[in-house]
Amino acid sequence: MSIAVEFSNITKAFGPVRVLREVNLALVRGRVYGLLGENGAGKSTLMKILAGYEVPSSGELRIDGHTTSFQGPRQAEAAGIVMIHQEFNLAEDLTIAQNIFLGHEVRRHGLLDDQAMRAKTAELLKQVGLAAPPDIKIRHLIVAEKQLVEIAKALARQARLLVMDEPTATLTPGETERLFKLIGQLNAQGVTIIYISHRLDEVERITHEIVVMRDGRFVAREETRHISRRHMANLMVGRELSDLFPPKQLVALGAKHPVLRVEKLSVRGWVTEASFEVRPGEILGFAGLVGAGRTELFEGLLGLREHQAERVELDGHPMHWQSPRGAADEGLTYLSEDRKGKGLHMDFGLRENLTLMALKRYASPWLRPEAEASALRTAVQSFGIRTGSLHIRASALSGGNQQKLALAKVLHPDPRVLILDEPTRGVDVGAKRDIYFLIQKLAGEGRGIVVISSELIELIGLCHRVAVMRAGRLQTILDASHLTEEELIAHATGTN
Amino acid sequence: MPPEPTENVRPPSAGGNAAPWRRLHGAGPILGLVILCTLGTLLNHDFATFDNAMNVLTRTAFIGIIAVGMCFVIISGGIDLSVGSMAALIAGCVILLMNKLGNVGFSPVAAVGLGMLCALLIGGSCGFLHGLCITKGQIEPFIVTLGTLGIYRAYLTYFADGGALTLDNTLSDTYSPVYYASLLHIPFPVWVFIAVAAVGGVILNRTAYGRYVQAIGSNEQVARYAAVNVDRVKVLTYVLLGVCVGIATLLYVPRLGSASPTTGLLWELEAIASVIVGGTVLRGGAGSITGTVVGAILLSVIGNLLNLTNLTSVYLNAAVQGFVIIIVAFLQRRRR
Repeated sequence: MSIAVEFSNITKAFGPVRVLREVNLALVRGRVYGLLGENGAGKSTLMKILAGYEVPSSGELRIDGHTTSFQGPRQAEAAGIVMIHQEFNLAEDLTIAQNIFLGHEVRRHGLLDDQAMRAKTAELLKQVGLAAPPDIKIRHLIVAEKQLVEIAKALARQARLLVMDEPTATLTPGETERLFKLIGQLNAQGVTIIYISHRLDEVERITHEIVVMRDGRFVAREETRHISRRHMANLMVGRELSDLFPPKQLVALGAKHPVLRVEKLSVRGWVTEASFEVRPGEILGFAGLVGAGRTELFEGLLGLREHQAERVELDGHPMHWQSPRGAADEGLTYLSEDRKGKGLHMDFGLRENLTLMALKRYASPWLRPEAEASALRTAVQSFGIRTGSLHIRASALSGGNQQKLALAKVLHPDPRVLILDEPTRGVDVGAKRDIYFLIQKLAGEGRGIVVISSELIELIGLCHRVAVMRAGRLQTILDASHLTEEELIAHATGTN
Repeated sequence: MPPEPTENVRPPSAGGNAAPWRRLHGAGPILGLVILCTLGTLLNHDFATFDNAMNVLTRTAFIGIIAVGMCFVIISGGIDLSVGSMAALIAGCVILLMNKLGNVGFSPVAAVGLGMLCALLIGGSCGFLHGLCITKGQIEPFIVTLGTLGIYRAYLTYFADGGALTLDNTLSDTYSPVYYASLLHIPFPVWVFIAVAAVGGVILNRTAYGRYVQAIGSNEQVARYAAVNVDRVKVLTYVLLGVCVGIATLLYVPRLGSASPTTGLLWELEAIASVIVGGTVLRGGAGSITGTVVGAILLSVIGNLLNLTNLTSVYLNAAVQGFVIIIVAFLQRRRR
């Protein structure tokens, strides 16, 4: 009952940006595959093609030997292929039963047969091990329960191939265990499973075979039991990890004041009394699970969220700003993790994006577009932004170049302290390396840098110290020079 | 291990190809206006006269001036439904004030001058009130201004006791040149219209504030994270619009010398239509003052043309304008 899949010369481009390049890959039926690759490697796009959400620009998809081209996820579902996304596709205000049968409602005499759908839902929920009534609204479920509803939905569609994109990113260890048991059961029933995850220990545990992608290409496949985690990581990055990061410079200890000092900052519902300081020239990392409150801590610090703080100091002077404007005027800027939603104006030109945070500099009182244009030329040069033209919208740049533009933008007011939230998300390896060296250079100029990241390798490789947050509390600050990933995970999950 | 891919240089962007099309897009309203005027000239020889042109422009001035302010509000992602009622309220208050000042012994010129100043103040205050409700109160602009749409007109009706408020004759004589006078054969309201549009264009395109307005409309979150003082900029757009309504009203009052519950009726729709016909997208982010001005003129030329010719019944004027708005929206639907 399971499905065999074959990708043949699959290419996908979004405008000028090519995200998949001639991927050839055949997956046999009934196995559990781990799909590995860094952010932006093309994993999700490839899986979206498989599940009917995207159409390849060229190449063929063969299901059980037949060339197929899905015109939408419904067709893929009809063929037994279901994808569970990182962000759930659930209507928050509908009940579990209504969500599970959304678009596939059971009818009797032309009217909805709620009773039958509820009964079937109860059965499915039992199967996935979710003890919730079918009539409860999705809004009232916690994340792990939503995950289980998604799986129940997939079962209702009689999935024969199930794609899971980072399913454990928001689960606790207990919930993860339950998910793994369910995956085992499904696989035993013959369902082919493709499991996308950054957590190599999980991949090692539950998959039969791993497939590695990098920069839109298929790179390698290997039986899971024949490969070490370190080797997996090297395949993902494409080089020895040590080459990726600049050598760490020593932090000048002579400075009288830390460049940023925060005492007992709280953000209601997210962060409880976090205290830390950043010295001039230091890169301080922030590690933690999703929902640990790292982003919220800094959004609070900027005045984007309501917060209380006992003391915030910049270069020894007490600060009282209430908004990002105030913070930028005092010398602290923030790069958001959400590039499209909070970082760049995608439908603005490069010039308008670059100068927005320091626009006053170009207004006297009339704006001087020539001065802005020359600032853009300088930025394109010094940040290595690759673009064919200076007169395009930000959306036309590739992810890595957008990120460099976003960095140039938050640096434009010339801040003393720079908060970088997931600075390399969705960026290819080459651009990643550029960004690491840039961060190092900025620290070398005596600025204080904070890097929030979910990639532990990045934190260990780049930062001087790493602060670990768990459930809104700053647990500890560790020296990064002898830090291991295991140690960081242990602190982040509270299992040390 | 396969070698690191090095060819990261992207092909030249497609932006170069898209530019001429986009430029053509901006010229759409102007093209429409040219076609209409050609049509008008062919259909009726009274159309292409200087007098008729000035007549149309003078009538356009009120809506056009409001539309310039509305353009800022819409670009920032907001809307103001109350401008017609606001104009009525301002007209009523100004007349009451002028009459009062005239009665207590102010010279007619002083009374009229103070009244005009008051029009601007009331407009600005109304806008400020909207801005506060929308930013600090976090209520949708649609809801806030829907509420004040009713409130303003009800108060005018109450002040006028259901009838009309009329300016005293001596004051009316002093005030009338503001509407009827002309300079270099161009009526005074048209001069004001030109000035407001020019100032609006400069503010939108050549100041930091104008850039912020566009940034907020394009993506408010991004603007907020980019240290733009979103609330202040938004409040200012409503104040700006309020002042524009004040200017339009102080030009309008001397025309009839009275205000009634029907003063400024449906002006909000005409102003919004002008902005949209001019190529500004209702969801905000980008727009143009030139387009808005042309849009306002276009809509009144349609009315003028239908009055001068017998193409359709005059009762269908509004229908023709409605069709134009929908057609323009249809042509613009692929812009994003």
